[in-house]
Parts: sequence; structure tokens; C-alpha cells
Amino acid sequence: MALETFQYDNRIVRNFAIATMIWGVIGMLVGVIVAFQLAFPNWLGGLHMEYTAFGRIRPLHTNAVIFAFVGNGIFMGVYYSLQRLCKARMFSDLLGKLHFWGWQLIIVSAVITLPLGLTSSKEYAELEWPIDIAITLIWVVFGINMFGTIFKRRERHMYVAIWFYIATFITVAVLHLVNSFSIPVTFMKSYSWYAGVQDALVQWWYGHNAVAFFLTTPYLGLMYYFLPKIAGRPVYSYRLSIIHFWALIFLYIWAGPHHLLYTSLPDWAQSLGVVFSIMLIAPSWGGMINGLLTLRGAWDKVREDVRLKFMVVAITAYGMATFEGPMLSLKNVNAIAHFTDWIVAHVHVGALGWNGFLTFGILYWLVPKIFRTELFSEKLANIHFWLGTLGILFYAIPMYWAGFTQGSMWAEVTPTGQLMYPNFLNTVTNLIPMYAMRGFGGLLYLSGAIIMLYNLTKTMLQGNLLVNEEAQAPALTNDVHKGKHWHSWIEMRPIQMLVFSLIVILIGTVIEIIPTFLVESNVKTISSVKPYSPLELQGRDLYIKEGCNNCHSQMIRPFRAETMRYGEYSKAGEFVYDHPFLWGSKRTGPDLAREGVLNPNSGWHYRHMFDPRSESPGSIMPSYPWLISNTLDNSSLEAKISAMQTLGVPYAEGYEKQALADLEAQAAKIVSELEADGIKNAKADKEIIALIAYLQRLGTDIMVKDNE
Amino acid sequence: MYKDVLRSIDGIEIFPILSLIIFVLFFTVLMIYILKVDKKFISDMKDLPLKDNDCLTSKTPL
Repeated sequence: MALETFQYDNRIVRNFAIATMIWGVIGMLVGVIVAFQLAFPNWLGGLHMEYTAFGRIRPLHTNAVIFAFVGNGIFMGVYYSLQRLCKARMFSDLLGKLHFWGWQLIIVSAVITLPLGLTSSKEYAELEWPIDIAITLIWVVFGINMFGTIFKRRERHMYVAIWFYIATFITVAVLHLVNSFSIPVTFMKSYSWYAGVQDALVQWWYGHNAVAFFLTTPYLGLMYYFLPKIAGRPVYSYRLSIIHFWALIFLYIWAGPHHLLYTSLPDWAQSLGVVFSIMLIAPSWGGMINGLLTLRGAWDKVREDVRLKFMVVAITAYGMATFEGPMLSLKNVNAIAHFTDWIVAHVHVGALGWNGFLTFGILYWLVPKIFRTELFSEKLANIHFWLGTLGILFYAIPMYWAGFTQGSMWAEVTPTGQLMYPNFLNTVTNLIPMYAMRGFGGLLYLSGAIIMLYNLTKTMLQGNLLVNEEAQAPALTNDVHKGKHWHSWIEMRPIQMLVFSLIVILIGTVIEIIPTFLVESNVKTISSVKPYSPLELQGRDLYIKEGCNNCHSQMIRPFRAETMRYGEYSKAGEFVYDHPFLWGSKRTGPDLAREGVLNPNSGWHYRHMFDPRSESPGSIMPSYPWLISNTLDNSSLEAKISAMQTLGVPYAEGYEKQALADLEAQAAKIVSELEADGIKNAKADKEIIALIAYLQRLGTDIMVKDNE
Repeated sequence: MYKDVLRSIDGIEIFPILSLIIFVLFFTVLMIYILKVDKKFISDMKDLPLKDNDCLTSKTPL
């Protein structure tokens, strides 16, 4: 067979490598800032300016780390390994460039829009609809480039890493399209197509599987390529990796509802989520064991090679996080852990340990290789390793402690049956030392990443990028499929692999989501639950804009300790007009589902938003003086009401014309309440008035009248 | 309440049964495949990442 000569494209790999390093440092820096905002709310005003308040930049941190740091890390690894595994240059240099710059533009638009408060509020899917469309287009570009490369490959079989890449591509596409479904109101504002329970289920089907198919499967593909490569020995068991792949993508998709235990989601869906979460331990640990055993007989190398050290900690962190996840999905554990910092600790073991360390390990190996030089300093890389490891410990341990402390304090009752800590603030002030320690851990981790940036920049400067790397391989002949095992029908053909992966992930999706959507049309709507008034709707949009849902849940679970603290537990029927749902996933502050019942006082909210510590000494909430000075923008009010009507919210026909008058009347009423409370300078056209109206409405629907 | 809601869906009882069947079938087929797959194929696949010749042009050791 004649050998064909071709060239690998290393420039695109370098570009993604640089992007992952720079965005990594930026994303981690924002993380450290938000961590210290919680620890030192008074220091420099907690850095809570209008555009840097915690509620706005915490999503910036998660988006930057997930889509910018890990995202670019994925593309770096895929563009490097895919070419070599296919023995072919990437399908198109132009598509590669388009992919690279398109992705960076999307990240920049996130960096601009999130601090501006332009957000959909759905976690890890906060970006507004025009950016969602851009993501879709760029993802398709990536897909064409990837499949184009696979089609022209010179290697008969697709190595298991490529399977993981294909499953990643198709599943992320499905997740993104389904979850981002919304109705645009203005250029940068949209309402989720789904409401309440359905929106929550779709969001956490997305959120859970974004972790699965953006943070896990592509990185497993990278592990299966780069670990053998760096260790210089084949993967421990290829059979196990096949089981790992199919079992993982099959099981993962079912587990989403474990994010909604004890909520208003139907019980059967919750139980399904728990069962599949437990089963997920098997493939996850199969993968971890496969990774670690690849190093059997090579542990002496691990002692010397910093890349392997990073890899070993990464794979161990993967094992820990994937054991903890199923444990957290047990209902009794979840009852304590949910809404607390325990979850924050859990995700950071995954993000800092698994994604971070695997990326670092690959970078330290790959950059010197494509620049044809040695690593500038092994010593600095080792310092990075230890700073990073200590950083993870200083991050995770205080957060576990904080989570367990808070979860227990919420639930604790006195012998006479009263709440031991009826004031939520008691549970918050207890956690501040832990928050400070967590910030310190983040700082250590960030310092390590900055050292890496320096080390690898020096490496790049001392070497020369081998832009086009020459390689040789025989061309693929056509008779390869004859007389093969039936599984090769899938194994050798990328499109079959794509379709089969799609079917596998759709099974879980369909069985989970369809009944819940059918349930909706059957749920007895609670007659007293009415659409929001125009002013409340505007207030709700401000709640979303300020990212209040990042710290406040709106979901009272049916526990005695919760109903004592917050009132009647939340019912599915209360959320039927909530586009999007705002249940939240974290209680840095108290639940607000019945705020309108517990605390309807306009004056209290006004003073509290201006300076939370005036009403709640020790509070770590940001001050929101701009809500008092900013004028409420009613220009899109008509469009908002019309959009809600399109989504099935029963405003009377033609109500959009009357909405503004109703809004002004309700605002005037709140202003008169404020005046009666001694706040003389309050103006009816300010944002604060709308927010107060919304807070006063929360949870009142089923309390005013008889509920069923 | 949910039980009532679920009962009102036509054919709801098929869902858990369907789930179980799909699940068992999927893993049975996967196990059969794994047990029957050709040994030489497995060892070829294992070596795939190590076979590419990019180390020829690099100074760093593997």
C-alpha cells in the first residue's frame, strides 16, 4: 500500500491552548472575587457595584470556567488528538478558524452581557437568545469540521476517544436546543418557552447533562487519548472503555431530576433520577479504574513526571466526584445537602480536580511538543501542582464543613418543637470563616494557574511552533468492512455512531420529559393562582436581571423545619405562569417562595435593598442603591405582556394596552405605603417599586383564599 | 395527588415496564458484544494512540 504524506495542523491547537489558559485565569479570578464578596461583604462595599454585584458576576464565573476554560480545553484536545487518531489533517482550516474566533466572540459577548444583567436566569444557560443562536451556529461549524475529518481518515477504526467526542457533539446540540427554547421579547430579553415544573425539569435535564456531556464525556475522550500518550503505555482495558462509554451515555441522561428532589416535581420522576444516579457509579468508577490501572507498573514515572501527577489527581477527583454525586442524590442525604455549600464543594472537586488538572496535565505535555522544545521549568510546574492540590483542599474542606453545618442548622429543632435557629442569619454568620478559607483556597489555585501561564508562555517563546507537522499513513481502502463483526457496523462509521448515540440519549430524555409534559395538561390548576400584574412582572424581570435566584430559592420543601421557617410547602400549581421558573439551587440567603406572606412590608424592603445591614445586621447581601435611583424601563411592557399571552398566560385580550395604567396605579399604592412608613422621597417610576411589588406577591396566591 | 394525575394519562403503566425492558436489553447486548469481541481487534485498538508518529518530530520524550 502506498504511503500518503500529509500534515497535521498545530496552529489551531496552539490557539485553543492559549485561549484555555487565558480564559482559565480570568474565570478563576472572577471566582476568587465572588468568593471574597461572600467572606467580606463590607470590604470596599464587597465590590458590589451595579455591574459587579455578586448576583451578576457569579454566573460570569461559572460561564467563564465551563465554556471558556473547559470549552477551549476540549477543543484544544480534540483538534490535537482527532487528527492523530484519524491520521488526517483537520477537514478545513477555514472552519477551524471560524470555530476558534466564533467561540472567543461568544465568550466576549458573555463577558459583556452578564455584568449588564442580560440573562435568562437558567443556570449554565444564562446567555440571551442572540448568543444562543451564535452558539448553535459555531457548534455546527465544529461538528462539520470534526465529521469531515473523521470521514477522510486513514485509520480504519475509530478509537474510543472519538466515540466520546461524537456523543459530546450530538448531545450538547440536543441539550442546548431544547433548553434554550424561548420567545424573544426584545433584542436581549426573552422568556422561556416552558413554565414552572416543566421549565425546572428541562433546565435540570440540561444542567445535569451539561455536566455530563460538556465537563465529563469530552474530558474522558481526552483522558483515553492523552493518558496513554503521556504514560507511554496503552489503556488498561479497551473492553472496559467500551462499557464505560455506552453505559455512561445511556445512564447519565436519566439522572437530571436528582437536582429537584423534594421539589414540586412529580415523585416518580424524582425516584427515576435517584435510581439512575446510583447506577452511574458503575461506569464512572469503571472509567476511573481504567485510567488509574493504565499506570500500573509505571508509578515510578508518576513520581517524576508532573504531567502524570496532574493526571492522577484529576482521575482521582473524577472518581470522588462521581461517587459523591450518587450519594448526594439519595433523598436523605440530599435533604441536608441541597441548597447548601456542600453542592458547591462537590462541583469544585469536579471542576478544579478533574477538569482543571486534566487540562493542566495535557497543556504541560502538549505545548512543548508542538513547539518542539522542553518545558521551560519543570520546577515551576511542580510548584503549580502543589499550589493547585492545596488549593483544592482549602476550597473543598471548608465548603463541606459549611454545607453540613448550614444544612443541619436549618433542620435543627428544640425539644419543644421550635426551630433552634429561627433567624436565617444565624446560619449565615457561622459560615463566614469558612467562606474566607474557601477564598484562600481559590487564591492558591489561581496562583498556580498564573504560574502555568508564565511557564508555558516562556516555553512557547523559547521554542518554535511546528505549524504543519508532517506525517505518513497508508490510504484507507474500501473493502475494510467485509466479514467483520456486526458491531463494526457502528464502530467504523461515524454517522451510525452519531445516530446510535442520539438514540441512546433520547431514550432517557423521552421517558423522563414526555410524561411530565402530559402531566401539565392534567394538573389541576389552582384557581386562585393568577398571572402577575404588570408591575410584578417588571419586578420579576429585575429579580432575574440582578440574579437574585443565585442566592435565594423559591421552593419550600415539604419538611417540618422548612414549613415552620417559610410557611406552606410549594405546590406545582403555583408556578404555572412562571416563565422561566425561579426555584434556584442555592440558599446563601433565605427562601423567598412566600416572602409576600412572611414579609409584605414595603418600607422594610425599601430600606433593606438600600442597605441590607440596616434591617438584618450581619447580612452578607449586596446593597442595591441603583434600584432606588434607576428609572423603570416600561418601553417593552406591551411586548412582554403579548409574549406571555403567546405562551398561554391568560391575560385578557387587549390587556397589553391597559398594562401601563395598571402598573402606574399599583406603583402609586406602594409609594403611598412607603410614605406612611416615613420614606418621603420614594418615586413611583423607580425600579425598586417594581421589585417590592414582586416580592410582596411571592407565595400569596394560595394563602389569600382557600386552597383546594 | 400525583398518583391521580399519573393515572389520568393513557397508557402510563407502560412507562416503567418499557424502561426496564430497554435497560435490560441494552446491557445484555453490550455484555454479549464485549465478551465476543475479537482479542486482536482489542489489542490493535489499545495501541492506536501510541502508534501515531508525531514523536518523530518532537524533542520531548514520550
